[in-house]
Amino acid sequence: MSGHSTYEFKNPIARWVDERLPILSMVRGQLVDFPTPRNLNYWWTFGGILATMLVIQLLTGIVLVMHYTPHTSMAFDSVEHIMRDVNWGWLLRWMHANGAAFFFIAVYIHMFRGLYYGSYKSPREILWMIGVIIFIAMMATAFMGYVLPWGQMSYWGAVVITNLFSAVPVVGETIVQWLWGGFSVDNPTLQRFFSLHYLLPFVLAALVFLHVWALHVTGNNNPDGIEVQSSSDTLPFHPYYTMKDLFAIVVFLMFYAAFVFYSPWYMGHSINFAPANPMVTPEHIVPEWYFLPFYAMLRAVPDKLGGVVVMFGSLIILFFLPWLDTSKVKSLKYRPLARQFFWLLVIVCITLGIAGAQPAEGAWLLVARLATAWYFIHFLVILPVLGFIERPKPMPSSISEAVLGDNH
Amino acid sequence: MKTITKMFTAAGLAMALLAAPAFASGSSQHNAEDHAFSFEGPFGKYDRAQLRRGWQVFKEVCHSCHSLKYIRFRNLSEPGGPELPVDEVKKIAAEYEISGEVNDEGEPITRPGRLSDAIPDPYPNEQAAKAANNNALPPDLSLIVKAREGWYYPWYISPIIKLFKGNGGAEYVRSLLAGYEEAPHGEEKEGLNYNPYFNGHWIGMPPPLAGEDVEYSDGTKPTLIQESTDVAAFLTWASQPKLEQRKRVGLMAMLYLAVFALLMLAVKKALWSRVH
Repeated sequence: MSGHSTYEFKNPIARWVDERLPILSMVRGQLVDFPTPRNLNYWWTFGGILATMLVIQLLTGIVLVMHYTPHTSMAFDSVEHIMRDVNWGWLLRWMHANGAAFFFIAVYIHMFRGLYYGSYKSPREILWMIGVIIFIAMMATAFMGYVLPWGQMSYWGAVVITNLFSAVPVVGETIVQWLWGGFSVDNPTLQRFFSLHYLLPFVLAALVFLHVWALHVTGNNNPDGIEVQSSSDTLPFHPYYTMKDLFAIVVFLMFYAAFVFYSPWYMGHSINFAPANPMVTPEHIVPEWYFLPFYAMLRAVPDKLGGVVVMFGSLIILFFLPWLDTSKVKSLKYRPLARQFFWLLVIVCITLGIAGAQPAEGAWLLVARLATAWYFIHFLVILPVLGFIERPKPMPSSISEAVLGDNH
Repeated sequence: MKTITKMFTAAGLAMALLAAPAFASGSSQHNAEDHAFSFEGPFGKYDRAQLRRGWQVFKEVCHSCHSLKYIRFRNLSEPGGPELPVDEVKKIAAEYEISGEVNDEGEPITRPGRLSDAIPDPYPNEQAAKAANNNALPPDLSLIVKAREGWYYPWYISPIIKLFKGNGGAEYVRSLLAGYEEAPHGEEKEGLNYNPYFNGHWIGMPPPLAGEDVEYSDGTKPTLIQESTDVAAFLTWASQPKLEQRKRVGLMAMLYLAVFALLMLAVKKALWSRVH
């Protein structure tokens, strides 16, 4: 997929600029003419949706910072000041808080789409791995953002998560004190989380740039998992996919707006409307819903260090996915057996999410343990073995055949 | 292949049935009594008269122990709230003595309250508040309706109930205030009061309302449940003073997005019909 367009700009100023800095022909080549497989379904619109959410988070966040005070004695009050006194402050705050949740909804759909259609396979391994880094950076950003309002769950969430690092042998305590900037979660912790919460989104934006760059080298995967062979397999990105993406983005924004305006703290915790109090521990300390599957894995292991290793391992394993899956066939459309295991994995992940919200005891602990085990079995045993024993269904010879099939 | 799915489904169902009792999380807390407040639903608005009655209950009863620090006097006359006339609010504010400031000679002064002042705390500091209340700190009520929940359903139904009925914070406050009961025989606890709606059932606060605690100027009969309902509505406004604006703007945003989506759908269909 060539980077530059051979398009000749008619406007003399555009031509003059482009001869000196070919930014216009780059835009033309990458965002207008870019050849895109013609068979992409709506699951492929989540890339554009994610870009939109990132922009919404950046814009609302930058304005919120103009009114927020990162100090333990003023943070909670300043959020209430935003909610009550700042013009449209309530809208900015709820857009930002729900924006994080909808960012995760979109990223989970985007990732499971990649899993289903084998988008991580050659030649898109680097594209996938950058995506995993983006996901981890998103989690760090969201976690630190949730601490900033300095409510009860903000504070106790920070205590629980930073304490995880104390599980590291020998230097654990030192690391934790270094993270805190003291001997407990306190003002230095809040201020560094604020600084990093502002920095990381720009790192995210840079990572997204790399992600899109890698995408534009290999081109999109597609629902049939067959590489593009000729121009009859593709359509120009604009207007076909710009308009399709925009439609999907607006529909997604409707769901988002429904929460922002009609149920703005549905996904939060009521207890976070009580200011942070180090002397009172909440009955249940639960992270935001999008961390629950990982929280369940953390608590599934009786050993603290073991839990931390398993939790981070569940993310690290994704880097090796392109080599753990031994099948040459990308799309699960043609892999009937792998398809069943895919849906089983989806159920397992949702189950982990539910288990993560319950106290870690009794039957729920057992469920979390079984589900955690299965998560790893799926990637370490099922995927490598399936490639050898599964017989894929016959595949069409090209994308145009798959789409136009009988019509031709 | 299909058999694998069936196997797992069967195993899952069997496990769920066997383990069902183990999953039931026992909560000692009662669900709040449901109540149809005027501010519920996508078109909900506060009932001005009710907010004014609730403010009266707060001012004459709750405020003797509880603060309301995020509300300023001016908020009482702003759109979307009790909307008391500004002159009346000025008079109310002036009834309070504001301390903590100094004059040009550096001497501490007190002065009458103004519109821009926050509702003053009933106690000079936390220690004084605790000392006067059996060592239990009466919480600030500005956010109490958002910070409390009214429903305690099992995990598989709770998210759906909350989606339609909200967190039930207002219902919780209403039920709690009107829900004091005689302690079960022989279980009385020194300095604590029995209330089935409170987490753990034993609450430090003695029953604050009994009915006839205030005299409503609009002729409403001040029964216990009426006062509880009114003050729950007032505290909902105190925690969400922008609720009406939020729902009004929300309707416009949803309509805008709906029209935008339909237009985009038409554009997309027209475009893609050329290549199918």
